[in-house]
Amino acid sequence: MHRTGSRGFYFFLIFFVLFALFLYGPMFSIILLSFQGPNGGLTFPMNGFSFHWFGELWKGAGVVDIGSAFRRSLLLGFVVMILTVVLSVAAGLAFRKQFRGAELLFLMTIASLIVPSIVLSLGVALEFRLLDETIKWFGGRFEIEKINYEFQTTLGMFTSGMGTQLTWTLPFGLLIMFAVFNRFDKSYEEAARDLGATQWQTIREVVLPIIAPSIVGIGLFGFTLSYDELARSSQVMGATNTLPLELRGLTTTVTTPIIYALGTITTLFSFVVIGTFFLIFWLLSRSRSKVLR
Amino acid sequence: MTKISRYFVPKFSWLALPFAAVFFLFFVIPLFLTIIVSFWDYNDYSIIPDLIFENYVYIFEGCFQFDADLCMTFKTYLSTLYFCLLTWGLTLFVGFFVAYFLAFYVKTIPIQIVLFLICTIPFWTSNVIRMVSWIPLLGRHGLINDTLIFLGIIDAPVEWFLYSEFSVILALVHLYTLFMIVPIFNSMIRIDKSIIEGAYDAGASEIQILTNIIIPLCKPGIVIGSIFVVTVVMGDFVTIGIMGGQQLASIGKIINTEMNYLQLPGAAANAVILLFITIIIIITMTKFIDIRKEL
Repeated sequence: MHRTGSRGFYFFLIFFVLFALFLYGPMFSIILLSFQGPNGGLTFPMNGFSFHWFGELWKGAGVVDIGSAFRRSLLLGFVVMILTVVLSVAAGLAFRKQFRGAELLFLMTIASLIVPSIVLSLGVALEFRLLDETIKWFGGRFEIEKINYEFQTTLGMFTSGMGTQLTWTLPFGLLIMFAVFNRFDKSYEEAARDLGATQWQTIREVVLPIIAPSIVGIGLFGFTLSYDELARSSQVMGATNTLPLELRGLTTTVTTPIIYALGTITTLFSFVVIGTFFLIFWLLSRSRSKVLR
Repeated sequence: MTKISRYFVPKFSWLALPFAAVFFLFFVIPLFLTIIVSFWDYNDYSIIPDLIFENYVYIFEGCFQFDADLCMTFKTYLSTLYFCLLTWGLTLFVGFFVAYFLAFYVKTIPIQIVLFLICTIPFWTSNVIRMVSWIPLLGRHGLINDTLIFLGIIDAPVEWFLYSEFSVILALVHLYTLFMIVPIFNSMIRIDKSIIEGAYDAGASEIQILTNIIIPLCKPGIVIGSIFVVTVVMGDFVTIGIMGGQQLASIGKIINTEMNYLQLPGAAANAVILLFITIIIIITMTKFIDIRKEL
């Protein structure tokens, strides 16, 4: 049954290869077309081969300030990654033992994963808008000059934007932690305790090093999902725009291969990030398996 | 979730507090506020606390006159449901057989991991760029039109490849098939291989094994994947916006547009209805499985 080399095998192999082509084909077509000659258009054929559109992108020809949007997204992704890792690992440790509200918190986490993004985005926008109005009311009521003259809004990348992104990254973090602790061999922990380690020492010296590779996985989700997040944070970034928001704007305004050049760069950047995470993952699992042997 | 263990597990329940706080602040409160504000009044520049039903009445205006044409709201919901149904069917079909190949035909674990990652890696890249990358293929002078003309199958470029329902569904399948692959694959690798061997030895064909053993045992994975895909399409406004050339309607887009015009209570009322319908769909789907058993 299901033998390698059987007729069924080749049938599904072809199916899988076609699926992979479907997944990656379009991506390679824009990578190729971003090297379009100066007179080339948005579609094939290639009209020469050049770095023209990368140059245009570098000069920022008419395009919004992509560089600073990129830096903002990078910073936000980094902060969201750290928070996702810390909060998920902490919650994962808590969930190892039943506690009051555990069930409810878990259901909430899953619900957050599947709630329509636009609904959540609207809710958070409303929340911060009402917060603004409350602050302004206080300012007027008690004549607080700082509020009356300077206060604009609480909506921002690191307030509402970050919080909304966390409702998308944290569920993945917690699910990974569940998967990790389901397979966790508790005898190592027990051994540490028998040798006189305190609870914290056991966590720090035994549990965390063993689950370290999975923590890197949580980091990968935390960073990439934040870096590319668009639907949830679309209404709550305040005055600033992240890279995905700028990219969406560009899809309707840009009609030159410059958008492919941009797509190529962000995609390659994503690949480098993913590759880096895998490298760290691999190094950590290797050193872990040496210790546990 | 929690298994009884012969080992001592330290209690650190307070460590879940920051995690819970995030969901309280950015999930629970926003959803409550959305429900509350959907009953508020508004004018051009502000929202006014109130208890009115106009926002809901406005949404269903003309919807219950059965002699007239279908109202805007029902039309939009029908078209959104249509996108849901097609995307669901396609992602289920493709996702199931990709998972089937990975779980049963690929025998060595390292290769299984590599092929699984091939499916997953695009999920960690930009969705917008993945949509944009269809333009060179589907456009009027795109690769597909050019090829079809070259082969003499068509005389003039097909217009409905891009910025159409077709391209929206194509992009949705492209983006979200992974949501089917992961839970279905997860169900499949849990199936005891000896059951399949037993059925095979007893003379069952591959199709019989598929329909009588694998599909029933994969039901939880299928349902979980379906919930993901359906909810994501129900609330979608980005994919329908970009791939539909900003010409097609969806509930998500209505909410988005109302927000841009600061008609927040109107948007909130639409969001409440969308949420309500999404919850009904999820409850209906979970009727088919005991979801708690799977976690």
